[in-house]
This record gives sequence, C-alpha cells and structure tokens, in this order.
Amino acid sequence: MSTANAPAKAAKEESMSGNILAAKIFRNFICVFLCFLNIFPFWAMIVNSTRSSVMIQQSFSLIPSHYFMENFQKLLAQANENVSLWRYMGNSLIIAVSATVLSVYFSTMTAYGVVVYKFRGVTLVWAFIMGIMMIPTQVSTIGFFKFVFNIGMGNTYWPLIIPAIAAPATVFFMRQYMQSALPLEIVDAARVDGSNEFRTFNTIAVPMMKPAVATQCIFAFIGSWNNFYTPSMILTGQKLYTLPMFVQLMRGERFRSDYGIIYAGLVITIVPIMIVYLILSKYIIAGVALGGVKE
Amino acid sequence: MANKKKRKTVEYDRWGWFFVAPFFIIFLIFQLWPLLYTFGLAFCESWTDAMFNLEIGPTFYGAKGENIFSNFPAIFVGDSGKLFDTYTFKAIGNTIIMWVANFIPQILLALLLAVWFTDTRVKMKAQGAYKMLVFMPNIMMAATISVLFYKLFDYPNGPINQILTSWGILDDPYRFLNTKTATRGIIAFINFWMWYGNTMIVLCAGILGISPSLFEAARVDGASSGQIFRSVTLPLLRPIMVFTLVNSAIGGLQMFDIPKLLTTSGYGDPDYTTRTITMYIRDLAFTGSKQLGKAAAASLVLFAITLIISLTLFYFMRDKDAIKERKMLKAARKGGWA
Repeated sequence: MSTANAPAKAAKEESMSGNILAAKIFRNFICVFLCFLNIFPFWAMIVNSTRSSVMIQQSFSLIPSHYFMENFQKLLAQANENVSLWRYMGNSLIIAVSATVLSVYFSTMTAYGVVVYKFRGVTLVWAFIMGIMMIPTQVSTIGFFKFVFNIGMGNTYWPLIIPAIAAPATVFFMRQYMQSALPLEIVDAARVDGSNEFRTFNTIAVPMMKPAVATQCIFAFIGSWNNFYTPSMILTGQKLYTLPMFVQLMRGERFRSDYGIIYAGLVITIVPIMIVYLILSKYIIAGVALGGVKE
Repeated sequence: MANKKKRKTVEYDRWGWFFVAPFFIIFLIFQLWPLLYTFGLAFCESWTDAMFNLEIGPTFYGAKGENIFSNFPAIFVGDSGKLFDTYTFKAIGNTIIMWVANFIPQILLALLLAVWFTDTRVKMKAQGAYKMLVFMPNIMMAATISVLFYKLFDYPNGPINQILTSWGILDDPYRFLNTKTATRGIIAFINFWMWYGNTMIVLCAGILGISPSLFEAARVDGASSGQIFRSVTLPLLRPIMVFTLVNSAIGGLQMFDIPKLLTTSGYGDPDYTTRTITMYIRDLAFTGSKQLGKAAAASLVLFAITLIISLTLFYFMRDKDAIKERKMLKAARKGGWA
C-alpha cells in the first residue's frame, strides 16, 4: 500500500511546501495587521499630543508635529492651578512601591510557610488560599469603604497599601516556583548551622527566589499603579489623588477646551509604563505564561 | 536520640504558623471583615438624607421590627411590578452583554494565534516581537486607555470620525458615544483589545505544555492539522480554557474603569445602557441619597453570581484528570489513528 502511494505522497509533499509558504505569508499578514491594530491608538495619541488644538480639530494625521512642549507646558499650567502633575505621579509612585514591596515580601513568606513547614492544618490553609483567590474585591466594596472610614483611614494611603499583604494569586505563583527552586535540604543545612527560621528565610530563601520575586514585583507594581477603582473611592482630597484619578480629571470641563493638552496628559501617564514594558517585556510575557498555567 | 529528633521537627513545623500569620491577619481585617460587613449592611437601613445631610443608620431592620429583607424587593422587582425589571438586573445584563461580546472573539483569536505560534511545520519568525506588541495594551492603565478611546471616538472631530469621513465611509460624523450599540461595542472592543494578547500567551504556554510525543504520534499516524487540533490540542487544552473562561467571567463582572471613563457623564451613557453592576453599586452608595444598604444588597447579588461561576470552575477542575483521560480515549477512538 505504501509503495503504491509513493508518487502521490511526493506530489502531496511538494504541494505541502507551497501550502506552508502560503500559510506563512497569510499568518504573518494577519499578525502584522493585529500589531498595527494594537499600536494605532497609541500612535494616534502620541501624534496628536504633538499637534496644536486647531490642527487636531481640522484633520487627522499620522505624522507628528512640533507642539508637544507647548501642549505639555499648558498641561502643567492647567494642572498646577490646583495640584502639580508631578505630585499625582509621586503619589502613585509612593503607593505602588509600598504595596509592591509588602505584597511580594509577605507573599513569599506565606508561600515559604506552606512549602517548608508541615504544621497541622497546612493543607487546609492552602485550600483556603486557593479558595479566596476567586473572590473579587469589588463585592465587598461597600463594607470596605465603611470600615475604612470608621477606623479613620479614609482619605489616607493605608487602605491602598496594607491590604496588599494578602495577595493570594502572588502566594500561588510563589509556591509553584518555590517547590521547584528551593530544595528543603538547604533549609535543613541552615538549621544545622544554627540559623533561626526567619533568618533562613530572609538570607537564603528570598535570594534563591529572585527570578520569581522580580516577576511578581513587576505585576504587583503595574496592578497598583493602574488601579483606579479603590483610590477613587478612598481618596477624597485632591492633594492625595493618584495618576489614574488625574486621568479622570482630564475629562472635566477645565481640559475640554484644548484638545492637545488632553493628549499630552495621556502621553505622560502612559509613556513611562511603555518604556518600562519595552525593557522588561520578555520577563513580563514569561511571567504571564507561567502564571496562566495554573495546574 | 530518635525521640529528641522527632520533637525537634515538630518544633520547627510550628514555625509555619508565624510565616502564614501576616497573610491571614490582613486577610481577616481587610477582606473577610469588609465582606461580612457588606453582608450585614444588606440587612440594614443605611442612607443619607441629602437635603439635611443627615446620615440615617446603619440600623438593622430586624431591630426595628421591620422585614430584614427590606433592601431586596427593590433589587428584584421593578416599579412596573415585573421580576428582574430593575436597574440592578439591567446593569448585570449590560455587563454580561459587553463581556460576552468581548470574550467570544477574544478566545477564538487567542486560540488561533496560539496554534499558529506553536505550529512546528509553519514556523513563524519574529514571534517575540508579535507577542510583545499583541500583549502591550494589557499592562497599560485602563483609565488612560478609556479616555484615549473617548477622544478617538469623539464627535465631531475625533480621529475616527475624521478618518471615516475623509475616506468617504461616513458622510457626516457619527455620534458613536451617543448610540447604545456603538458604545457597548467600543467597550467590548477595548476589553477584547486589552486581553486577547494575555489569553493568547496563556494558551501558547498550555499548548507547549502538551507532550510533543502526542503530536508526533498523531502526525506519524497521518492525522491532518485539523484532526490534531480537534483531537489532541483542544481536549488537552480544556482545563486551561475553562480556567481562562472563569477568570475572564469573574473579571468581566467587575468591569468598571473602562465604562466609567468612556462615556461623557460617567454614568453609563446613553440612558444607562453601558452601566455595569459595579458602577451601579457605586452610584447607589456614593451619589444622591447614598443608599449603602441597597448597594450592599446589590453586592450580595453580585457575590452570588460570582460564587456560582467559581463553583462551576471547581466542578470542572475536580474531575480534571478523569475528564482528560476519557476525552483522550474518546479522541483516540474517534480519530482512528491510535
């Protein structure tokens, strides 16, 4: 049977390589189109931030002009009437950095507790962490809001930073990584050498977890930096506003008159993250791939 | 000696509690307690008399001898007397419509791209660059992206209107954000656009996690690419796809930033047709007469829906291996090449 089919098979293979080339061209074409689709809004934003309000209203262009600094100066002047633009950025930075450090450190610690120690109820603890991973914070919004204002933490950064300590998804990732990257023999060896448990964790386990820590730092930072939901509920004084809240302000009357200013403002909020992304994208994508395969 | 050693291990293991303690303390204070508090408020009278700026409650309805479910009828029965004809369920409906309109194209495109990127016969070059660009919107600030699209679809001078009129596709600028379908479509598109790269990368990892020998065996036995996809890739990818589905559904139900900042008023224009459930809960709680009790009751409904979805996930994941095995056997028999 196979011998009779040999010429047909050869012909099939030949047409196949043609097919492969056609498929390759088609697939690349689609991918290039998708990339264009993903870049276009950002490109339109950047271009419009370099054009004057009049130009923006007249026609659309893909070629940048030279009004960016002017738009940017106007943006600063408009924003600074109340609170400086840099202040919003600083506020966001303070919250994001603190939340990231707490979230990643304590998540590593929790994962360490679950992986290294076989205390009574450890399986229950783990099942519990898995179970609460699916509860979105938004369902307890009302209670959270009321509680935070009752204990006098309203309009402060504490309710945006402290809850980061309990981040089930980060714990999950850390545990997965720890199981393959941290041999328990090392912990035992440290004990024999007389190191106490927290010192072992801080000086031996955490450094060995560096790649996972770095990945989770990126995600925790981005999550906190982009968060609009909680800050817009907790923060009432404009001096404490974060960057996403400033974005909301830009939609208001004060900025509506000038088109260039708004685009400049959007560029300011997005370009720093874009640059960071271009540098770290490899790690970010690897992190997404690792975190997504939750089995 | 042996006894001493044993005692020592037990001593070490107790340390585990100290390591997991911070997580649980913070969880109890900042997540569990607010959740229980929300539950409690759902059965309380709690609102603000805007005219006198007078805060009423929270007082438990039962303590006043009233029906403890007083907050709920308004959530389930509308003024028309029809069940579910309420703002709450309209908001839930809006959320679901916009989520479905984003998820179906998202998972299909992500699956297609994942299969392409892992295809060993038609090897794609520049994969890294594609992945990088396709994933990019995902980490951007949703607030900024939403305002950006608000400007792009602006009337009459937004770039999209300018392009469409100059190309002659539209005769006059179109009021995208004053039209129900267009606004919902834009919100669904933004979600799709932000998330298909993420889903694609997860599915890629899933496909790469399948043992290559399975694909080889199928190919040696003469299975076509379509057959391999249907009988090997898809069944083995099922757990990850279920996970993606549930994750996306839970996330989609909490949709807030994009619809909040996309429309002109921020309250789900036009005519509340793009107001999501989380937006509605916050409108109830923080605007007008600040009806915290009613908002908490609406949160309970949202919680119930989320719980149902999560339990569905556990149901699917519980028999994961059994399902996998059954599927593989079935696929092997059906494919005829095993």
